[in-house]
Amino acid sequence: MLVIDRVTARVGDRVVLRNVYLSIQRGELHVLMGPNGSGKTSLAYTILGHPEYKILSGHILLDGEDITHLSTNERVLKGLFLIHQNPVEVPGVKLITLILASYNKKLGKNDLFEDNPLLIKKVEEISGELGLSKELLYRDVNLGFSGGERKRSEILQAIVYDPKYIIMDEPDSGLDVDGVKKVADTVKDMINRGKGVLLITHYPRILEYIEPNRVSILFNGEIVATGKSDLVDKIVSEGYQWIKELKGDNGYEGY
Amino acid sequence: MAMKAIEVLDIVPEISIDEIKYRKIVEIRGRISRDTITEISRSKNEPEWMLRLRLRALELFEKLPTPKWLVGIDYIDLDEISYYSRPDIPRVSSWEELPEDIRRVYEKLGLPEAYAKYLAGIATTLDSETIYSSTKDFLKKLGVIMIPMEEAIKKYPDLVKKYFGKIFPYSDHKFAALHYALWSGGVFVYVPPKVRVPYPIEAFFLVGDALEGQFEHTLIVVEEGAEITFIEGCSAPKLKNYSFHNGMVEVYAHRNSSVKFITVQNWSKDVINFNNKRAIAEENAYVEWIEGSIGSKVTVTYPSTILKGRNSRTYSIVVGIANGPYIKDTGSKVYHLAPNTSSRIVSKSISANGGINIYRGLVKISKGAKKSRSFVQCDSLILDKYSKAYTYPHVQVEENTASIGHEATTGRLSEKQLFYLQSRGLSEEEAKSIVVIGFIRDVLKDLPLEYVTMLGKVIQLEFSSLGGVG
Repeated sequence: MLVIDRVTARVGDRVVLRNVYLSIQRGELHVLMGPNGSGKTSLAYTILGHPEYKILSGHILLDGEDITHLSTNERVLKGLFLIHQNPVEVPGVKLITLILASYNKKLGKNDLFEDNPLLIKKVEEISGELGLSKELLYRDVNLGFSGGERKRSEILQAIVYDPKYIIMDEPDSGLDVDGVKKVADTVKDMINRGKGVLLITHYPRILEYIEPNRVSILFNGEIVATGKSDLVDKIVSEGYQWIKELKGDNGYEGY
Repeated sequence: MAMKAIEVLDIVPEISIDEIKYRKIVEIRGRISRDTITEISRSKNEPEWMLRLRLRALELFEKLPTPKWLVGIDYIDLDEISYYSRPDIPRVSSWEELPEDIRRVYEKLGLPEAYAKYLAGIATTLDSETIYSSTKDFLKKLGVIMIPMEEAIKKYPDLVKKYFGKIFPYSDHKFAALHYALWSGGVFVYVPPKVRVPYPIEAFFLVGDALEGQFEHTLIVVEEGAEITFIEGCSAPKLKNYSFHNGMVEVYAHRNSSVKFITVQNWSKDVINFNNKRAIAEENAYVEWIEGSIGSKVTVTYPSTILKGRNSRTYSIVVGIANGPYIKDTGSKVYHLAPNTSSRIVSKSISANGGINIYRGLVKISKGAKKSRSFVQCDSLILDKYSKAYTYPHVQVEENTASIGHEATTGRLSEKQLFYLQSRGLSEEEAKSIVVIGFIRDVLKDLPLEYVTMLGKVIQLEFSSLGGVG
């Protein structure tokens, strides 16, 4: 289980998360929703240990181990993976090189660039399944990729890396219906393979295709509601307006 | 195809060297004067013409002002360094004959192995003298000469006199003059007409002690239609104080010849390194400079080619790494003097942890050098907010038929990119090292494999020293 245990965090002088509690079981889909600016990406970055996000109190526990003080890459090596909402361009580094280096690192190889023809074959196959042109693998990371290609590249990397817990920061934004369905299929597949998934999304659209085990609503850096699909239904019918009247510890069932 | 970078990092680095233990039998320091120069010349048993050249150079050195723009000069006090140091090691031609401590250093640097595997000849200079020099038999059969510079001026005085100091004259600048006054060590290479040397020849320069000056002189003469690849390596253990290197390379490429000159400069971070390199290319000749400036506290070097003959060509690849509080003032210069000549300069600089890279380049197309072409590409990569890169490209065109191109890019590794790479499981150093390898990838394909390997080792060492890849 991945537990965000009552975490308060800041960026600079600004507190972006207040006493946030969330848990993600393996084989479960936990959906995090909230309006723009509510702190969803801040939560993702805090879980990953982004150097600008300082935890003031609380802990992050991965399968019982406190990882609050580990660096980003150490957390990733423990089994966390982030699908970035807006992945950056990295000129000079080919996507395939990054995937290979990342995988070799996970395997504990001394040489990050050690060739692995089997892996490369697998990467090419998965790209095909995701509808990502093979040629993009041999281009610089995200350089000149369309929005959809970036999203698919992130998913590709998550599948290849095969982590225990995946945080998906709006993997569905900017995608067409087919793209959204494909992401939903990937999420299902990951859950079936026993991954814990925290799916951050702004639009409930993707949830037409997958049933979350749990839904949390983040507003102004606080979890203001936790529940099941009925929460999503309420957002579909009423939007986010109603949550603005809520505070933490409201009538909705907590954790 | 993408795997080129992979080959680069395929070897475990083992480059840093410990303190070297040896004795010196001659050390000359104090104010540089006619007397001390004469003393050096006498102790080397030189012919009179060489002493006269030294003294003329000294005279000019004393007259010329110190250039104000020159970085690194503040660190040097010529009065406190030993500008001639002869180690107590007689010159030999087999590794076994070297004192064990020295041999071990060379083994650590991989020299005996490199010689056994892919070099045609090798000479190693320690401080002011060449202590080891050996060539393979086939080289002698081809008529190729590769001997210490000191031997060459005695054995082939007429040949040496024809070129020595003529390609890069002492009158060029103050430190060229100083070099000629004090030069010692280095090698002379002569390739007869039409001979293609199938394997590279290497010269390796080691500074073994602090407060030393090394002023080695390398002269390479390549006759008509001949070909050679020459590798120059430099290293030093970590020193207790600075040392000063002010070496020189002169290359004469006759008609239809081809010369590749490759430098792997990995001085320790105490060395102030000035390096003067110039080639003259006759008709249809080709000169290639590959300059990898990795080590040293300060490096100032601009390998230059004078395209003297029609259709002559030159290509300079300059890679500068300033990782830490160090300065690399590098670049390349080309003088197009004849019609239809062409040049290409590619500079790649990497600045990290407060490092500064300066690109200073010159392309001059003289009147009459009709239809000459030049292209300069100058890329800088800055890995953090503490580091800097400057570029000062100069282009002087006196010929309206010239075609000139210049392209410059500056990339900065942002915090966002770093976080992205770390979120893929890579440490900060590993993330930087894959960005660096990616950045220089397009020049790696133009480099010989041995060089790619060496450069890869060094980069891995530079950017993974905090316990990354290894």
